[in-house]
Amino acid sequence: MKGSVHVAGIGVISAIGSSASATLAAFREQESGIGHITHFDSVHKNVLPVGEVKLPNEALCDILWQGAHVTRTALLGIHAAREAVKSSGVDVKRWRTGLISATTVGGMDKTEHFFIDYLNNPNAGKLRNVVNHECGKSTEIIADDLGVKGFISTINTACSSSVNAIALGSRLIKHGLLDVVIAGGSDALSKFTLNGFNSLMILDQQPCRPFDASRSGLNLGEGAGFVVLVSDEVRQAEGVASRVLVNGYANTNDAYHQTASSPEGRGSFGAMQKALAMSGLLPQDIDYINLHGTGTLNNDLSEGTAVARLYGEKYPRMSSTKAFTGHTLGASGGIEAVFSVLALQHQCVFPNLRFETPIPEVGLVPQRTFEENVSVKHVMSNSFGFGGNCSSIIFSRN
Amino acid sequence: MEQLMADLKKQIIEALNLKHLKPEDIGDDQALFVEGLGLDSIDALELIVLLQQHYNIKLANPQDGPQIFKSVRTIAEYIQANKPS
Amino acid sequence: MAIYLKGKGNISPQQTWGDASLLDQPKPAAGNRLACVEPDYTQYMDVRQLRRMSRILKMGVAAGSMALKEANITVPDGIITGTSYGCLEDTGIFLGKMIENKEYALNPTPFIQSTHNTIGSQIALLLQCQGYNQTYTQGAFSFEHALLDALTLLADEPNQALLVGAADEITNTSHTVQQRFGIFKDEHNTLETVNGEGVAYFVLSGEKGPSDVVAITAVTTLYNADEATLSAGIVRFLKDAGINASDIDLLLLGTSGNAAHDAFAETIATTHFANSTQAHFKHLSGEYPTASAFAVWLAARILETKAVPQNIVVKNSGRPVKRVLVYNPYFTKYHSLILLEAC
Repeated sequence: MKGSVHVAGIGVISAIGSSASATLAAFREQESGIGHITHFDSVHKNVLPVGEVKLPNEALCDILWQGAHVTRTALLGIHAAREAVKSSGVDVKRWRTGLISATTVGGMDKTEHFFIDYLNNPNAGKLRNVVNHECGKSTEIIADDLGVKGFISTINTACSSSVNAIALGSRLIKHGLLDVVIAGGSDALSKFTLNGFNSLMILDQQPCRPFDASRSGLNLGEGAGFVVLVSDEVRQAEGVASRVLVNGYANTNDAYHQTASSPEGRGSFGAMQKALAMSGLLPQDIDYINLHGTGTLNNDLSEGTAVARLYGEKYPRMSSTKAFTGHTLGASGGIEAVFSVLALQHQCVFPNLRFETPIPEVGLVPQRTFEENVSVKHVMSNSFGFGGNCSSIIFSRN
Repeated sequence: MEQLMADLKKQIIEALNLKHLKPEDIGDDQALFVEGLGLDSIDALELIVLLQQHYNIKLANPQDGPQIFKSVRTIAEYIQANKPS
Repeated sequence: MAIYLKGKGNISPQQTWGDASLLDQPKPAAGNRLACVEPDYTQYMDVRQLRRMSRILKMGVAAGSMALKEANITVPDGIITGTSYGCLEDTGIFLGKMIENKEYALNPTPFIQSTHNTIGSQIALLLQCQGYNQTYTQGAFSFEHALLDALTLLADEPNQALLVGAADEITNTSHTVQQRFGIFKDEHNTLETVNGEGVAYFVLSGEKGPSDVVAITAVTTLYNADEATLSAGIVRFLKDAGINASDIDLLLLGTSGNAAHDAFAETIATTHFANSTQAHFKHLSGEYPTASAFAVWLAARILETKAVPQNIVVKNSGRPVKRVLVYNPYFTKYHSLILLEAC
């Protein structure tokens, strides 16, 4: 293990914007992306609010020059990954480049259509709607679009997936196995996940209120977020201007319950603590925490307890950005990694929308407004998932 | 009430795949969660679905679950009180 | 870089667990489908733990237990799983019910257990393993990337013991749909390819113990490579591992019985490994994205027993086997190389 891993580029698409600059503008204006479902039919259409990417598939296909059979997860991924590569200015074909993406639903949006016909008749249903079902297929489509051939991988550790993608990319660069890694994740909204989370009774029928005492669930979202990671050598050779680097990361398991987090947040505490240890930073060195903060009773209490345990009374600025974007599942770690980098680049922190009253058990008051001209040197981003998967990552400005 | 509780026991075993139990193994007042049958929060959600599927009762707030699902008797009482007419 | 095999567990379409004489009499496919020989799961977990689990979860927990038992380890430092399809059975159940019930009154359990990380996290939950937990889902590279992850993690912290494996299941739905793609043998084609499934876990550590006899020394994946790129990739892989093609005693080739696809792999075998013993394994495991995990189990067993089962040999060089290269092509788009050595 040697050298540093630099963030040379970022790309993001979510309910609050189709680029990093649009995203920053939405944060500045405190414009949430939560609204009604418009891209697919569901009995929950006017009941459960979501964070949809405003562009429908047809528009995405037009912009990206893709065919109608391409899954929404892949389309969103291409959109964000292209922006990331472009903003990095790195010639990805010149180096040993990898694409490590994360997704939980993969091509489920198309599989759902296939299944309706298939259930009536096993010989029915268009095969082109199921051929890209596997999670890895969306990564292949993105890789083919970017011209990445060297290394492609996909991670699915539920909602912590893309942090693990960025961590793996960083490790492969540190081990000298790759020079450039485009890492992050993409997940499209689907009827499958909407109904799945609804069956767990953790979807709020109102816009979600992360870390608020009155919170009553999450809103699902969709999108993609990628960072371009480069080695010292690439940074120098390509004249990369970025001053942001990946400073530490950790992956733990809560091993408490299939869906619920432990009351003391032992997995999330461990992830934050280990990420800090790897970066050589103390908790108080962190200037901003991008919380996982889904808005469910269980997550926010458990995560809040872990944060309170790590910090005591004096904690840094922190917010959950999911009140803007909804919970984008496997993409959330990638999207929030981009937010973290934006915070470092623009020396700003993002508001935790709709917060009014602290959770009584933990008493944490998150950031309430968009604030610029703050000193942000180190940002920690949390992503936790079903199955107890917990990951934290630290980005720093040098 | 007795019949309802007997039905419920069969339905619970079926819904939660408690193959190692027979209906008579579940006491009317036996605790279903943690120290009793050892059920957990996922089972509570499955019981909510059971009420919907078999009794057409929709429990709006999962936080009410622990009160209602204490035992077979408390579930039966809840069903009787909330049965759609 | 070498990581050492401490234990293995393999639930496959063959008798690959327990004391039975393994692989002496290969079990044939039923039509074009090979199904796992499953153990009595109550040996591995109690009925309360079993009640919710789908077949792939049971197989995962059991294969993980077998590997840990052989390694004499109770809780590993981390769990890394590769699965291309994930938990298909529960995914299909939830999707089917969602459509049939028109999104009304859906059971949450199949949804919860539909995500790919359920297998690795279920093992973590049962073992109370709070360490590293990772799931790769890159089609035919899923297991290879689990190994790569382990190789780099153990390079940094050699004293750890990781549970590393792969899992993929066939369901009636997946089989029906895959058959429609015409990739398995049936009355309409001349293919010999049969659908397969399996779950294999290995305990790996960066520190060699006195009784360790097998090391995994390198792994790589080549995506969308043409013949020239693949050839160059193989040469570079061997060079990076510090050996030549002639040092490979046994080439375990993942040909599947699809003549058009296999020709590609066979050319590679003849060009680079003319002096090695060549063997195949997909008549035993069937074809599925993580079949290379079966091959690694087979290679490890060959190195442990110092014997190559006759029914897998395609060309015998008569060489004693100290170094095995698993070359697994999956269709023509995915190629992987895994190097195992006696240590």
